[in-house]
Amino acid sequence: MDPVLLVASIMVSATPILLAALGEMVVEKSGVLNLGVEGMMITGAVMGFAIAVSSGSPLLGFAGAAVSGAVLSLAFGFLTQYLLSNQVATGLGLTLVGLGLSALIGSNYEGQRAPALGKLDIPLLGDLPVLGRMLFSHDIMVYVSLALVAAVWAFLKFTRAGLILRAVGEDHASAHALGYKVVRVRLAAIAFGGACAGMGGAYVSLVRVPQWTEGMTAGAGWIALAIVVFASWRALGVLIGAYLFGGVTVIQLNLQAAGTTVPVELLSMSPYLITIIVLVIISARGAQGAPASLGRSFHASS
Amino acid sequence: MADTLLSIRGLTKAYPGVVANDTVSFDIGKNEIHALLGENGAGKSTLVKMIFGLVKPDKGEMHLNGEPYQPGKPSDARRSGVAMVFQHFSLFDALDVAENVALGMETPPPMRDLARQIREVSETYGLPLDPYRVVGTLSAGERQRVEIIRCLLQNPRLLIMDEPTSVLTPQEVEILFRTLNKLKAEGTSILYISHKLEEIRTLCDEATILRLGKNVGTCTPREVTARQMAEMMVGSSFLTPEPKAGAKGEVLLRCEALSLPAPGAFGTPLREISLEVRAGEVLGIGGVAGNGQDELLMALSGERLAPQGAIWFKGRDVSRDGPSLRREAGLLTGPEERLGHAAAPNMSLTENAVLTAGQRKGLVKNGFINWIAAQDFADHVIAKFDVRTPGASVAARALSGGNLQKFVVGREIEQNPDVFVVNQPTWGVDAAAAAAIRQALLDLAAKGAAIICISQDLDELMEISDRFGALNEGRLSATRPVADLDVEKIGLMMGGAHDMEVAHDI
Amino acid sequence: MMRLEKRPQPSGYWTALTPILAVVLTMLVGGVMFWALGKPPVEAIRTIFWDPLFHPQFAAYSRPQLLVKAGPLILIAIGLSIGFRAGIWNIGAEGQYIMGAVTGAAVGLAFYPSESVLLFPLMVIAGALGGWAWAMIPAVLKTRFGTNEILVSLMLVYVAENILASASANWLRSPEGMGFPGSRNFKQWPAVFNDELIANTGMHWGVVTAFIAVIAAYVMMARHIAGFNVRLTGEAPRAARFSGVSPARIVFLCLGLSGVLAGMAGLFEVTGPAGQISIDFGSGYGFTAIIVAFLGRLNPFGILAAGLLMALTYIGGELAQLMLGLPGASIQLFQGMLLFFLLATDVFTNYRVRLVRREVA
Repeated sequence: MDPVLLVASIMVSATPILLAALGEMVVEKSGVLNLGVEGMMITGAVMGFAIAVSSGSPLLGFAGAAVSGAVLSLAFGFLTQYLLSNQVATGLGLTLVGLGLSALIGSNYEGQRAPALGKLDIPLLGDLPVLGRMLFSHDIMVYVSLALVAAVWAFLKFTRAGLILRAVGEDHASAHALGYKVVRVRLAAIAFGGACAGMGGAYVSLVRVPQWTEGMTAGAGWIALAIVVFASWRALGVLIGAYLFGGVTVIQLNLQAAGTTVPVELLSMSPYLITIIVLVIISARGAQGAPASLGRSFHASS
Repeated sequence: MADTLLSIRGLTKAYPGVVANDTVSFDIGKNEIHALLGENGAGKSTLVKMIFGLVKPDKGEMHLNGEPYQPGKPSDARRSGVAMVFQHFSLFDALDVAENVALGMETPPPMRDLARQIREVSETYGLPLDPYRVVGTLSAGERQRVEIIRCLLQNPRLLIMDEPTSVLTPQEVEILFRTLNKLKAEGTSILYISHKLEEIRTLCDEATILRLGKNVGTCTPREVTARQMAEMMVGSSFLTPEPKAGAKGEVLLRCEALSLPAPGAFGTPLREISLEVRAGEVLGIGGVAGNGQDELLMALSGERLAPQGAIWFKGRDVSRDGPSLRREAGLLTGPEERLGHAAAPNMSLTENAVLTAGQRKGLVKNGFINWIAAQDFADHVIAKFDVRTPGASVAARALSGGNLQKFVVGREIEQNPDVFVVNQPTWGVDAAAAAAIRQALLDLAAKGAAIICISQDLDELMEISDRFGALNEGRLSATRPVADLDVEKIGLMMGGAHDMEVAHDI
Repeated sequence: MMRLEKRPQPSGYWTALTPILAVVLTMLVGGVMFWALGKPPVEAIRTIFWDPLFHPQFAAYSRPQLLVKAGPLILIAIGLSIGFRAGIWNIGAEGQYIMGAVTGAAVGLAFYPSESVLLFPLMVIAGALGGWAWAMIPAVLKTRFGTNEILVSLMLVYVAENILASASANWLRSPEGMGFPGSRNFKQWPAVFNDELIANTGMHWGVVTAFIAVIAAYVMMARHIAGFNVRLTGEAPRAARFSGVSPARIVFLCLGLSGVLAGMAGLFEVTGPAGQISIDFGSGYGFTAIIVAFLGRLNPFGILAAGLLMALTYIGGELAQLMLGLPGASIQLFQGMLLFFLLATDVFTNYRVRLVRREVA
C-alpha cells in the first residue's frame, strides 16, 4: 500500500494511546499507579463526543473530554490520596465505573455523527512533496500530542516542579521530610493524567472512528499502561512505543481489509499479543526507571 | 542573653498515650556545639522536629536571636537559618547529587551554578563530592556529605545533626569533627544529637540530657565523666552481660569464598566471604551500614541461595537449601528490619510465631496449622522475654520497637538453634531491653550454640563477641580475637584495610 | 479539621460494617442518579433489590436466576480473592472463564453424540485445565521474566475473545446450524446438559461447586499452611521469603487456582444457562467477580453473600430495564460505584478519624 498514507494513518492511530500513555507516565513518575486509564479514556470518548455533537465544535469536545477525564481521575485521587485506598483496586474500580458511566451517557448518541475536526493547512510544510501529505496535513490534535511529549520531557528534565514531582515519586517520605506537599503534587499529576486520557479517548470517538459505540476504546487504556513500562518512564520512549503500536494496528487492519489468508481473529488479537511479547522482552531486560515509590500509599504519620 | 542563639522554653508535645516532650527548656549559645543526649525514646527526635518545624509543639515557645521563633514548616525553619542533617537521609537514590541538593533549597540557582557551588563548598570543608554522581551509588559517608553540603549552601546559623556518626567509620568521624569545628569557628552553632558519650566529650561544649521526654540536666561534657553522663541518661542501673568463658567446640558454620551479585540496583554484592564459627562462640561482624550486612544475612538465611560449596553447616553443604530446610537443620537467623522482614506488621504475634517456628515447634502438621499450639508458643516467648503486649492476638505493628525485637529474637532463641545469625539485634531498642537481648545471646552461646552477631554498634560487639570481623563493600576482613583489638585497628578493618600488614602486590 | 490516625490493628467491627455502608451509599447515590435520569428513585431501588425476590408476578421467574447468576460470580471471585490476598492481581478471569468454556466444549463436542456418563466430568476437567492453562501464561511470564501479571492477564482477555469468536464462527460451529455462528446446543444433549438439579431453584452443578469452593477456601485460608503463606506473601513479601515461602510457588498457586475455578465456571455456564458457544458468551462475569471479591472482603463467606447481592443487582437491573425503562448500562455503573464506595469506606478499617482543632500557631 501507499507508504505515505501508511505513515499518515499510523500517526492518527497512535495519537489516542500516545496521549493516554504520556499522562499516565507523569502520574507514575509521581509515584501513583492509576489503572483506570481505560475508564478515563472511554469517559473522555463519550463526553467529548456528546459535547462536540451538541456544541458543533470538536475542539470544545476535546476540552470537555479533558475536564471529564480529570474530574474522574480526581475521584481516584481522593480515594487513594486522602482515603488511602489500594491503588490497584481503585484503578480497576475507576475503569468499571468509567465503562458503566460512558455506556449510560452514550446510549443517546449511538449512530450519530460528530462534527469533523478539520485538517490543518500548514503553509510551506504542507506543500512539501511526499512529506507534506505524510507528516504535515493532520488535524491539530496530532500536533498537540507531539507538543505535549516535548513539553512533558522538558518539564521533567529542566523545571523545578518537574524535579519535585520526580522526587515525590522516588521517595515520598523524604520529600515530605523536606517539606514538599506529596498529596498535592500527586493530585495534580493524577488530574493531568486524567485530562490526557480523556483527550485520548475523545480522539478515538471524534477522529479515528468517528462515532460513538459502547466500549469502543477496546483496551487502548491498558495498552497505554503497557507502553509506559515499555518506555521505561521516558517521554521519548512513550512516543516511540505509541507509534510502534499504532503501526501494528494499522498494518493489522490493512491486512484484514486486503483479505489475506490469515484468519481475521488472529489479526485482531495481534495488537494484544504483541503488547504481551513486548512486555516480556522489557521485563526480561529488567524494567529500568520505575519510580521507587510507585503504587505505595503515603500517609504523613508524624 | 546576648550570646544565646536559640532559647527553648517549656516545649511540650504529647501523642496519644505518651508525652514525648514535657516542658523542655534550654539554650543554645552562639558559636557553640551543643549536645542533645538521651536514649532511644527519650524524646530527642520529637524535640528536634519541633525546632525544624516538622511538628508543632502543644505548649511552650522558642526564640531565635531574641526574636520569637515558630516554624510552621521546614521551609520556615530554613528561612530563619536553621538547617538539619537527618539520621535517615532524605535523599533520592535515583537522582544525582546536585538534584538532591536543589530539592533541599528554597530558591536553588540554575543547575550548572549549583554544581559549581557544591564543588566549592565540598573543597572548603574537606568533603569531596561529585555533583553529577547518582546518589544511589554513594557510600553512607558520602550520602551524609550530600546532606551536609545541602545545609551549608544555605549558610545556616544553626545546624542540627541527628546521630551523624552512626554510619561512619572512625576515620570518617574524624573528618566530620574537623568540619564541624571549622563551622563553629566561622560562627555556626551546632545542635548535635547522639547517645555516644565519648564523642560528645570530644566534640561538644555544652550538653542537655533528656530522659523520658524531660530535661534532666545540662552539663559541660569535658568536665564530667562519661559514667556521670550515662547515669543521667539512663536514670537507673541495668544488667550488664556477664563475660563468659569456656572452651569453644567444633566448627558449626563455615563460609568458603561466598560471593553473590548485588540483589538490586543499589545493593551490595558479597565478595569472597570466608568465615567460620564454633559451638559456644560469638562472632561479631561490624562495619558501616550498607556494606553488605543485609546481603550476608539473606545469604545465610537461605533467602538468596549461594553457589554450591559456599556455605557449610555442621559439615554439610547447605548452599542450595532454602530457609525452611536450613531452619529444620538448626541454622536460624534474625533480620535487621523487624516490621516487614522478621515479622509481618498486620499479623498477630501468634501468626508471626508460625512464620518461623512452624516446623521446629511442630505447629504445622500435615499442612494444617495447630493454632492452639501456636498461641502457646507465642505466649511462652512473650513471658520468657518480657514482651510488653496485651496478648498474643495483637498485631505486630502495635508493639513498640523494643518489644517487637524481644519477640522476634526470642522466637528464634526459643527454638534452640545450633547456629543463630542475627543482624542489628538491639537497633532502636531501649537500654534495658538491649541488655536483656545481649544476655539472651550470651546464654544461647553458653548452651553450645554458635552465634554470628552483625551490628553497627561497636560497643555491643566488643561486649559480647569472642572474635571480630568487619564488612567493607561486601568483603569481610580476617576475623580476630576481640582481646587483640583497639579502636584504631577496628577502624582500619572497617575502612577496608583487611590485612594490617603491607599489602602484598602481584 | 479531620485527621486520620492509623489504628494499632485493623478493626474487625469496621471490616464487617464497610460493605453494608457501601451498599447503602450506593443506593443513595444510585437513587439520585435514577432521579436525574427522570426515573422514580425509590421505585427503581425497590425494583432492583426487592422485586426479584418478592414481586408477586416476577419473583417466580427471577428467584432461581439468583443462584444461576451468583454461581459463576462466586466461583470466580473465590479464586480471585486468594490471589488478591497474596497481592497477585489476576484481572483476566474473564479470559480464563472463556477459555474454560471453549476447551471444555471442544472436548465434549469431540465425542458428540456420546451418551457416556463420564463425558460431563471429563468436560469439567477439560474446562478447569483450559482456564488453568490460560492463567499459567501470566504466571510463567511473571515468575520467569518478572512481567506484570495485571497487564498480561488483561491482554489475554482480548485474545480469548478472539479465540471465542473464531470457535463460534469456525471450528466449533454447529454443522446443523445452517451456517450461523454458534456451536451445537448442549441443552439438547442430555448426557452433558448441566440442568437444574432441583427444579425451579437455579441450582446446577456450577452452584454446587461454588458452595464447595467457599468452604474449601475458608479451610485453606484459616487452617492450612498454604493459606497462611498466601496471606503472609500479601502482607509482607520479604517476611514470606524469610519464612521460606517461594514467591514463584505462590504465583503459580494463586493464578492456577483462579484459572481452574474460572475455567470451571465457564464450562458450567456453557453447558447450562448459556447452552452453547457463541460470540457473545463472554458476559463480563470475570470482571464483576472482581467487585464481588472485594465486596466480600476477600473472605469466602463474605464472597458468598456478595455474590448473591451482585446477582440480585443483575436480575433487578434487567427487571428495572423492563418495567421502568432504565438503561442497561446503569446497572454496570451501579456495580462500579459499589466497589468505589467500598474502597472509600474501607479507610475506617485501618484508620481512625480524629477531629482536631486547628492549632493556634
